Amino acid sequence: MTTIRISDDALARACGADLLAAAFTKAGATVERTSSWGMHWLEPLVEVDGKGFGPATIEDVNAILDGSSGKGIGVIADHPFIASQQRLTFARAGRTRPTNLGDYEATGGWAGLRRARELGPEKIIDEVLASGLRGRGGAGFPAAIKWKTVAGAVADQKYIVCNADEGDSGTFADRMVMEGDPFALIEGMAIAGEAVGATRGYVYLRSEYPDAIAKMNAAVQASAHIVAPFVVEIRAGAGAYVCGEETSLLNSLEGKRGEVRAKPPLPALKGLFGKPTVVNNVLTLSAVPHILTEGGASLYDSLGVARSKGTMPIQLAGNIKHGGLYETAFGITLRELVYDIGGGTQSGRPVKAVQVGGPLGAYIHPDQFDIPFDYEAYAAADALIGHAGITVFDDSADMGSMARFAMEFCAAESCGKCTPCRIGSTRGVELIDRIKAGGRELDALEKTPQMHNMPKKGRTQDEEIQLLEDLCETMKFGSLCALGGFTPYPVMSALKHWPDDFRG
Amino acid sequence: MSREQKLSEIISDHSGREGPLLPILHDVQEEFGCVDEEAEQAIAGALNLTRAEVHGVVSFYHDFKPKADPRPVVQICRAESCKSRGVEALISDAEKVAGGRVKLSTVYCLGLCSVGPNARVGDTLHARLDGPTLARLIENA
Repeated sequence: MTTIRISDDALARACGADLLAAAFTKAGATVERTSSWGMHWLEPLVEVDGKGFGPATIEDVNAILDGSSGKGIGVIADHPFIASQQRLTFARAGRTRPTNLGDYEATGGWAGLRRARELGPEKIIDEVLASGLRGRGGAGFPAAIKWKTVAGAVADQKYIVCNADEGDSGTFADRMVMEGDPFALIEGMAIAGEAVGATRGYVYLRSEYPDAIAKMNAAVQASAHIVAPFVVEIRAGAGAYVCGEETSLLNSLEGKRGEVRAKPPLPALKGLFGKPTVVNNVLTLSAVPHILTEGGASLYDSLGVARSKGTMPIQLAGNIKHGGLYETAFGITLRELVYDIGGGTQSGRPVKAVQVGGPLGAYIHPDQFDIPFDYEAYAAADALIGHAGITVFDDSADMGSMARFAMEFCAAESCGKCTPCRIGSTRGVELIDRIKAGGRELDALEKTPQMHNMPKKGRTQDEEIQLLEDLCETMKFGSLCALGGFTPYPVMSALKHWPDDFRG
Repeated sequence: MSREQKLSEIISDHSGREGPLLPILHDVQEEFGCVDEEAEQAIAGALNLTRAEVHGVVSFYHDFKPKADPRPVVQICRAESCKSRGVEALISDAEKVAGGRVKLSTVYCLGLCSVGPNARVGDTLHARLDGPTLARLIENA
């Protein structure tokens, strides 16, 4: 009997994988549900003896089974999109059944944890330090330094908190790890617990990911005896974007409003319930099991450029022909990612802009497509890598309205604690509307003789633009966290590169 | 089982957990379709909080509603990636199809950013939507 492999990742399911799997079962085939290879334009992708067919529909079932289907892409592992990657975090993608412990162990699972337990806390942290691993959530803070701080703190209880509140549009790598390789994340958390002396771990998972919540819960249950005495618990978020910020995430876990906390004190010293806490992103923690295997740290350190070491799971999204998950060493350029790998836009129109790093990332003009993928190089170009989501826009995009949306989004999602973010975002929306309208007239009140200190005329379009720049400056330096602080990136970059889109 | 009994059952299910408020609110929202004043009062009493504190939490998060809405809900993603794939052009027609029967709500990102426009109905996700498929989705909601 033929064995068919189809992903049960949320994306494949949203594209009809469940119906397809049922049709294959009905046709007499054995169906195995695996993780996704990450070639999203081919989902649902059907795998028969290593060969792929996609995107498949139920009409293709018989043709695929009798070998006459025209949707074949050859051997999946040899496909250029896969073969050109360097997959460490996503080594199992497409190859294993996500919540199957046997599959996990057969592909090297738990080797990192076993070795970590032999090494002991100090040496675990040395290994992570040697690998050069930096936080994958966006800030790029060296993971080992954070761990060392928590390890050095004295407390009766410490926590490992996994930030799985992947709210950025254009990012889905966390989701793919949790749905495709959940044990790797659990193993990474257990290793972190071993390193810092924590016995409890929480995964704060956004409620917009129902599949990931179900898979993680199943995986936690199945692996409880392996990671014990370390205990992992999944907690669902409640639709607040700002809870992806680590301190508001901690407040939310404690059952409070997801408001940002002022730092210091650092969460590493006073985190969850006031106890020393490691807060790391899903990708950071799931990179750890590989690093802790024999020789893993030095391999990781040998990849990448300058201070950006190892691999980054890059997410190709938006209006792109070949969207999906592309894990590769740092240093790759946007030109390669968007054109060579991504195949340009889905619509076939020219690329107008690329947003890197989610809603708070800068819009990058095609003229800048040669900057290497590297934390420092992006910072120097007034942009950020963030969580490495890349959203492509074609020439039909109106960058003025995208800038307005950035402000609107910030206003909708602001936690309200600091003024630049709470008020500034709303003023930003109004300002962009006024720029589009060509400036601002004096209002009735301002024209009254009592208001003699007012300027004698309204503001021109240029003066409004100047005001928007000032507002962005205030938000950037005056906000408590990255929501208000980084919203100026998409706004200012859009204004800089596409000023005509702002003038109505 | 009465409403009160159900409420206290949900609350006691989570006793002993660290930071039990959000899990309780999720269960209450799921069970009753909202977290209303009465529920806030009961939760506050059980957790030794003021109702104001509980209300502050309920009103902070998009997932918790003060009043139940009997209409079926279709969540449409309107974040950057879905915008770049043309979701905005589908909205006005979708609103017409939804009329007063179906509630359309905006969600910022379902994490299927390479195959948008996307929508969610209950726990089921839908991708690669265009005018006709979105209309069908709303009609069947």
